[in-house]
This record gives sequence, C-alpha cells and structure tokens, in this order.
Amino acid sequence: MTRPTTAHGAPAEDGGAVTAADPATDTPVAATGGRAWWRGAVGRTALVLLLAVLAVALAYWRSGSGVVVSQAVVTGILIGGVYGLVAMGLTLIFGVLDIVNFAHGAFLAVALYVTVEMTGRFGVHPYLALLVAVPVMFLLGAAVQRGILSFSIGQPLENQLLITLGLALLIDNLLLLVFGPNPRSVALPGDSGVEILGAVATVSRLLAFGVALVLAALLYLLLQRTRLGTAIRAVAANDTGAQLVGIDTRRIYMLTFAIGTACAGAAGVLVSPLVTIEPTTGELFNIIAFVVVVLGGMGNVVGALVGGLLIGLTEQLGALYLPGQSPLLAVFVVFVLVLFLRPQGLFGSKA
Amino acid sequence: MTATAEREAAAAPLPRPAWGRHLVAVAVLAVVLVPLPLVLPAAQQSVAVRVLVFAILAIGWNVMSGFGGMFSFGHAAYFGLGAYVSVWLLVERGISPWIGMLVGMVVAGAFAALIGFLALRYRLKGAYFALATFAFAEMLRLIAINSDLVNRAVGYNVPLRSEPSWAYMQFEPGSANYFWIALALTVVALVVTILFLRSRQGRFTVAVRDDEDAAAALGIPVMRTKLITIALSGAITSVAGTFYVQYYFFVDPDVAFGNSVSIQAILPAVIGGVATIWGPVIGAAVLGPLNDVTATVLRNPPPALDFLQGRAGLDVVLYALLLILIVLLLPQGVYGAIRDRVQRRRAGRRPA
Repeated sequence: MTRPTTAHGAPAEDGGAVTAADPATDTPVAATGGRAWWRGAVGRTALVLLLAVLAVALAYWRSGSGVVVSQAVVTGILIGGVYGLVAMGLTLIFGVLDIVNFAHGAFLAVALYVTVEMTGRFGVHPYLALLVAVPVMFLLGAAVQRGILSFSIGQPLENQLLITLGLALLIDNLLLLVFGPNPRSVALPGDSGVEILGAVATVSRLLAFGVALVLAALLYLLLQRTRLGTAIRAVAANDTGAQLVGIDTRRIYMLTFAIGTACAGAAGVLVSPLVTIEPTTGELFNIIAFVVVVLGGMGNVVGALVGGLLIGLTEQLGALYLPGQSPLLAVFVVFVLVLFLRPQGLFGSKA
Repeated sequence: MTATAEREAAAAPLPRPAWGRHLVAVAVLAVVLVPLPLVLPAAQQSVAVRVLVFAILAIGWNVMSGFGGMFSFGHAAYFGLGAYVSVWLLVERGISPWIGMLVGMVVAGAFAALIGFLALRYRLKGAYFALATFAFAEMLRLIAINSDLVNRAVGYNVPLRSEPSWAYMQFEPGSANYFWIALALTVVALVVTILFLRSRQGRFTVAVRDDEDAAAALGIPVMRTKLITIALSGAITSVAGTFYVQYYFFVDPDVAFGNSVSIQAILPAVIGGVATIWGPVIGAAVLGPLNDVTATVLRNPPPALDFLQGRAGLDVVLYALLLILIVLLLPQGVYGAIRDRVQRRRAGRRPA
C-alpha cells in the first residue's frame, strides 16, 4: 500500500497556485500564474511517476517474480486505458452539468448488451458494434438528459443524485428483465496472446487499450479545437457567462451528456470481450469510474485518463500486496485516501 | 396520518412541530397494527414484516440524511454491522441476539461516528460525502467476503433451536411474534427519533443542518452534534440488520453490506418524504408490498407481457420509476406533499 498512502501526498499546499495538468480542460479555474502552475504540475507528475516506480519495486519485492509483476503492470495499464475512457465521459458530465451520474455504468451495460446481440444475432465482429452502440448511446444520453435530467436543473444535488440512481436501477433491471440473469460473453475472432515485456496480453486487451486512447484523443481534440468544444468548456467554466455570449446552454447540456454517455457506450463495446456480461456488470465500472474521476479531479478530462491508468495499476498491484483480498479493496483504500487528503484530485485545482 | 398532518399544520404559520401529537399518532398506529397478524394470512404477514424492516432502515437513514442533512449512500455498513455482529455473537459465542442487537447498535454507532468524523474532519460535502460513505460500506463488504473470521462469502445461517424461544428471538415459521417484535422495534425507532428531535440535542441537529455557520456562532458544537446524529442513525439502522438475520435465518456479505441495502434505506424515506417523521413509514408501506405484486404478475403475466414469464427485476424497475417520478414531481415526498397542501389550504383560509 505504499503508493496509495503517499500518492495523495502530492504537494497540495504549493503556494495556492495549484491548477490542473491542463488548465484549459480543468473546468472551473482558468490558468493562473503560468510558471507556478507548471512547477506544480511537473512536480506532481514526477511524484506520481516516482510512486508508481516504487509501487512496482515493492510489488517485485513482495512477489519475488518479475513475470508476475510485469504481467500485473501490463494488464493494469491496458485495462486502465479503458477505465480512463469510461471516466472521461463521467468527468465531462460532472464538469459541465454538475451531476454525479450514478447511471454511467448502466449505460455501459447497455452497450455491452448491444454488442452481445449484434455478435450473437448477426455474427458481426464485436468492434463493428461501435458503429451502432456509440450513436445509440449518444441518442439515449441526449434523450435522458432532455427528457428527465433537464427538469431537475437547479434542484438540490441530492435530487439529481437520486434521479441518476433511479436511472441506474431502472436500466440495470430492464436489462435483467429482458435478457435474464444468465452471464453472456463475446468472443473476439482471432484473439490470441501477445508477449510484451515478458508478460502476456491478449489482442483484445491491446485493441481495447489502443482504441480507448484514440477515442480519448479524439474527445480531447473535440473539446480543444472545435466550436462545440469551446462552447462546452465555456459552459463548464461559467454557464451564466456562456449564456450571455450567446451559447445555447440547454443544447450544450444535452450534447455534453450525450457525449459522456457515448464514451461509456464505446468503452462498453471495447470491454465486451474482456468481461462476463451480466446486467450488473456496469456497476463495477461505475464504481471504478467514480474513483478515477475523483483521483483525476472532478471535471478534468485529462486527469481522468491518467487516473484511469493509475487505478488500473492499483487494482492489479493491489492484488499482489493483499493476496487473498479482492483487488477492489486496494482501489477503495486509494479512493478514501484521495477523498480525504486530496478531494480536488491529483491534478485538480483547489476549489 | 393525514389527520396528524392537519393538526400539525394548524400550528402554522409559526411551525412549531407538534411532537406530542406525533407520539400520540405512533401510539395509535401501534395499537391499530397489533392485531394485524391475527387477520392476515401467512404470506401477507411476511410482507408486513418486510415493510417494518424497510421502515426501520429508512427511519435510521432519515435521522442522518433527512434531519441531519448529511446525505449517506452507505447505510448498508450499519445494517450489515448490526446483522454480522449479532449473528457472529450468536453462532460463535452462543449469545442471545437481543444482546447482539445492543452490541450491534454500539458497534454500528461507533463505526458511523468514525466514518463521520473522518469525512467531516476532511470537510467532505455533498457528492464527496455520499461517495465516502459508499466507499466504506463497500470496503466492509469486500473485507467480509475475504475474512475467515466471518466465514468469507458463505456468511452465516442462524442455528435452529429445538423449541421456540423469546430469549433467542426464534419462533416457529410464520409466528406472529416476529411481526410483533418488528412492530415494537419500529415503534421504538419512531419514538426515539421523535424524542431526539424534541430534545435540545435534536434541535442542535436541525439548526446545524439549516445553517452551520449560524449554529456555530450561537455556540452549538457543530462537529459533536453531527457525530451524535450520525451515530444515532447508524444505531437505529443496525437494529434492522439484527432483526433481518433472525427473521430470514441467513446473512452473507452481499445481503448485509451490498449496495442495494443502502438504496433500500434511501428509497422509502425519499418516496415518503425526507426529513419527516412519517415519510420512511409511508414509503416502506408503499415499497414493501410492491415486490410481491410484481412477483405475482411475473408468475402469470397478462398476454401482452408473456415474454416476461419467470423473469426477475420488474419490482426494482417499478421502484426506480417511482423514485424518479417522486423526485421530479413531488420532491417533498408523499407525506411532505400532503402536509404542504394542507398547510397551504389552512393558510389560505386564515385572513392574512
């Protein structure tokens, strides 16, 4: 547990000029004092890297086997990329709409079942399901935001939380009702093992990681380089101000929620060959995405990706530190420590 | 209950809550419900018991999250501790569940206060606070799953006794005693809540919820007030856990600490009315029977829903829809909405 106990110990009090790794994507705060910010970000990144190296070294010392550790690291990083994609959608929604979305994992589960049905019924390649799942989830997200969540804007935070909780229960149990409780699986044609650094990774994991990174990069470019992205960031920073300069905030809310949901959908397709597909599979991803979002700083899209990788590693290395315990336990320990000691996240600004 | 609401509303516009009347209403309710098992068939009786378990869970949640204003998404932790502490004492040490209940209350209350202390010490609010409570409940679940001390994922079965025993809270299946115990526990939980809110400490709790800074300025010890509220909430909820195990004879980590328990603590209170005495009870009375209704429907579905034959999940789908609709349309909950309407009518009748 070395890494977790100290990971939060990043310099939180460095002169008050703490901002995100990328000030432009960190929603609430604009870039303040460039140099101080840079020093903070670089210092923190270095510290995180150092801790990661220490964690790996400790894992090696605990297990005494290089193969075991490198397997854990490779698996952790590969699945971490997917966690990052899931969390990017969640953190985007939080940053713009201020909603803690408990239904995010449920949306992912919908995409899992879309993939199951497409591969099972029509025999298409699982990844082709992206072409269907992503637009479907985009539309579903837009519909949910416009049809349900938009009525709760301005209500207390608890109400929004309860609505998304209700949505999660609703979606999970509709899936249970329609598809039944039996676990399903999706096989990726031609899935075989590939050796990396002495560890074995399946093609499906490599592909999931690669596609997740590409999608994350696309999302980043969308936010940074397009008019829509600029508008989304403007609404996140100050919705009244955005409205004053002529941005249709209602539309941005809807589109942001839809994009976030589409991220969950894409991630759902990508992980479909890696997980046992049940109506509750999404819950696990939801929990992990929360941890990742808090770790990366709520509303910080780049932080979410980095956080995803870190949590992927934590999960795998944690299993080495705490043999016999659930790998999730290490994730929760990290979560609680981050909540307590650095609730603004590793790369977040002090709110 | 509407009558109570009206009488309470009569005290408006200076809303001085009529605690005495609430106590009278509790007494009336208890007296009315006592003969219930003599009338109800066995199947309905188990529904009634489930309603009462729901109610105790939600009454506990409501103390912390309704009256205390600290939104908990981890009440499974306290329910589970109540369940596990008592069943562990019973199975491993042969100690009566009545004593187990008291020990469970102390343990759950202390654990709740500890979590509360950490969360408040680090100034977690809103979503962060809710996520922290959730994380602790999940950690307990994961630890229980992997601990030999509590039989790992297998959990515990309550050992059967050769004859019924009040001392060990065990009676023949379908015995009315279970209902009466659950009713008594619910009544005690309600009375404790009412007395707490009426007390000086309870008024501190509400004052701190409404305006922490103002309360602190008046010299109210904010942290201590919050911790007392949280501990009381955890202790009440743990009682539901202890009774649950004795009634269903079984507990495992998912039953005790699963996320769905936390949700079941929230739902009745939200549907009935958060931060009202009667909200959790009304919500439980709405939700408890829903399960059986849907099970009946799914066993023999109408022709249009034929494909759902034998499927599970419809009950939670209905809970979820109800939850969403209530939050959107009646954010005060059923009881809160009725009370507001009555109050408004009274106010309208009275000359301004």
